[in-house]
Amino acid sequence: MRARPLPSPTDDAAPAAPAPLPSVAGAAAPVGRARRSWIGVARPLPPRKRLALTLLSFLLPLGLWAAVSYLPFLWHPLVEVTNSGEVAWMEPGMRVPKAAFAEEVAAASSAGTEAPAGRPANPVYLPAPHEVAVALWTTLTAAPPQRDAIWLPASLWHSIQIIFWGFTISSIFGVPLGVLCGAQPTIARLTEPVIEFVRYLPAPAFGALMVAILGIYDGPKIAIIVIGTFFQQVLVIANTTRRVDPLLIEAALTMGSRNLRLIRRVVVPAVLPQLYRDQRILLGWAWTYLIVAELIGTSSGITFFITQQARYQHFDNVYAAILVIGFIGIATDIALALLGRRLFPYARAEA
Amino acid sequence: MSAAPIPLTAEPCDYRTQCEPVRVRFEKLKAREVALKVENLGKVFRNADGGETVALRDIDLVTHRREFLCVVGPSGCGKSTFVRILAGLETKTSGTVSVGGVPVSGPGADRGMVFQGYTLFPWLTVKRNVAFGLEENGESRHVAEREALQWLALIGLERFADAYPHQLSGGMKQRVAIARALAMRPRILLMDEPFSALDAQSRARMQAYLIEIWRKIDITIVFITHDLDEAVTLADRILVLKAHPGEVEELIEVPVPRPRHPGQMLTPEFRATRARLDALIHPAEAEADGPADLGSLDMVTRMASVGDEVE
Repeated sequence: MRARPLPSPTDDAAPAAPAPLPSVAGAAAPVGRARRSWIGVARPLPPRKRLALTLLSFLLPLGLWAAVSYLPFLWHPLVEVTNSGEVAWMEPGMRVPKAAFAEEVAAASSAGTEAPAGRPANPVYLPAPHEVAVALWTTLTAAPPQRDAIWLPASLWHSIQIIFWGFTISSIFGVPLGVLCGAQPTIARLTEPVIEFVRYLPAPAFGALMVAILGIYDGPKIAIIVIGTFFQQVLVIANTTRRVDPLLIEAALTMGSRNLRLIRRVVVPAVLPQLYRDQRILLGWAWTYLIVAELIGTSSGITFFITQQARYQHFDNVYAAILVIGFIGIATDIALALLGRRLFPYARAEA
Repeated sequence: MSAAPIPLTAEPCDYRTQCEPVRVRFEKLKAREVALKVENLGKVFRNADGGETVALRDIDLVTHRREFLCVVGPSGCGKSTFVRILAGLETKTSGTVSVGGVPVSGPGADRGMVFQGYTLFPWLTVKRNVAFGLEENGESRHVAEREALQWLALIGLERFADAYPHQLSGGMKQRVAIARALAMRPRILLMDEPFSALDAQSRARMQAYLIEIWRKIDITIVFITHDLDEAVTLADRILVLKAHPGEVEELIEVPVPRPRHPGQMLTPEFRATRARLDALIHPAEAEADGPADLGSLDMVTRMASVGDEVE
């Protein structure tokens, strides 16, 4: 059956065309020219296509960035002064709005003085890809020129330690509690409602409190990561644990497994591959709390590096630092995924 | 205990008339000690809307050591609930269940269970799956694995001792599941439609395997199935349940002689038993769901052109 389209207001003037008859049951469907559907059961792509698309997913945004940076007719709202001429307030390297620059050129030509010269430029906060690449290399290999600045690898290492301790402390409590909640409805009902509530409190809101309790150095930063991760972790892992095939548990019960032994020997191994995947995702969340956490108390780690470089207007270094976080994140995830395949050969079909 | 009223006359040796060798066989069976005793068993499920559904009512049953009992019945007769209560995985509302004289109050190692799905632990090798129950009951890993290998030899899968379950076929998985349950040395092996996920050929092979195992091991088997041929092929006695509520319809003593083989499916005993099972199970189903469900085939409207006939 086909729904009759609602008459549109413009139809009112013209006599309404007879509505198409509803298709008769049993009438033959139009032959040939089957309409292809873009959406169907999602099947894995052939390996070459997969690789090509993966590369493309990185190259497309990179290409867009390069186009905006290198094609002078795209955007480029400023003019970088190469020769200030006789304009007093300009100096080489300065970026001035196009309109202001044109005004000065016109003024100079009417006054007969030397006109300033310049080339189209983007704002200072959008460096070109090659500048970021160079910055990436220099920040990683050479000490910074400023005496009070910290080296990018050193600040990164500090950040990684914060993440590591925050995530480890969260997991030590969160994973067992999550598994218990998933395996035992009474414990779940006793803990999950309040966790559900606390989960909505933004972790950074605890910043001042944590500084008061734990001081101004790494303590409160680790605490923010723990607060940001723990509550999600309990709920996510409890839900994962609830999806254990109940038949596996029943089979173990008929063979005499009970309580903690049942959890250790059946529930945990059964959820382990999925739990491992959950942990990978949660680790990503821990990174997202990092920047806020590092602003609390004395600014430190990668955040300190980024804010300091931004203050010097070294935006190429800022981008480099942000990219490094991305690289570390994706490298960790790929490494953990490969490790997971090693650890859980039996779960490869699901992975 | 209400066995079917079977007149004991001589020839012909079919379902209704029990001839001498069959009678002797069942007398021998009933002379053995009681393995499982079920009295007045009832199960009521409380629905979400506050109502109640009677799943099982007044089930009485006695099985003897080394008996092979099949449970059949229309869908919704509670045969799965029944076997789950025996396993201790489901609570009962009334009545008693005792195994070897000991009342059942929860799952225990005296009752092994084989499920319809393959419930092997995917993270353990075949050998360690079979050893699982032994380890749970205090055996050291070394002893448990040695014993597991013996069980794998019995089912002919010792070559796959170090394989993981996902590397096995469905039939092989189910053989491992049987070995895993048997390794606990239970008194009773409960099987809930264990072969229904298998294709017809694997199923026939698995039935032969099961009979072979049952002959060699001191085990009482309670086997749930919806395949009536399978019930007649395997069982000493068949418990027929009826639905809504689940009650004992009849307890049939299968006259087909042992040892069983596929050729017996054409014998009069087999066909008579099968016909009796059909009469017990299917008319009830047709009456209960008939009009709403299928009804007459004439209700299908003709949609093909006249003259365009296929038969």
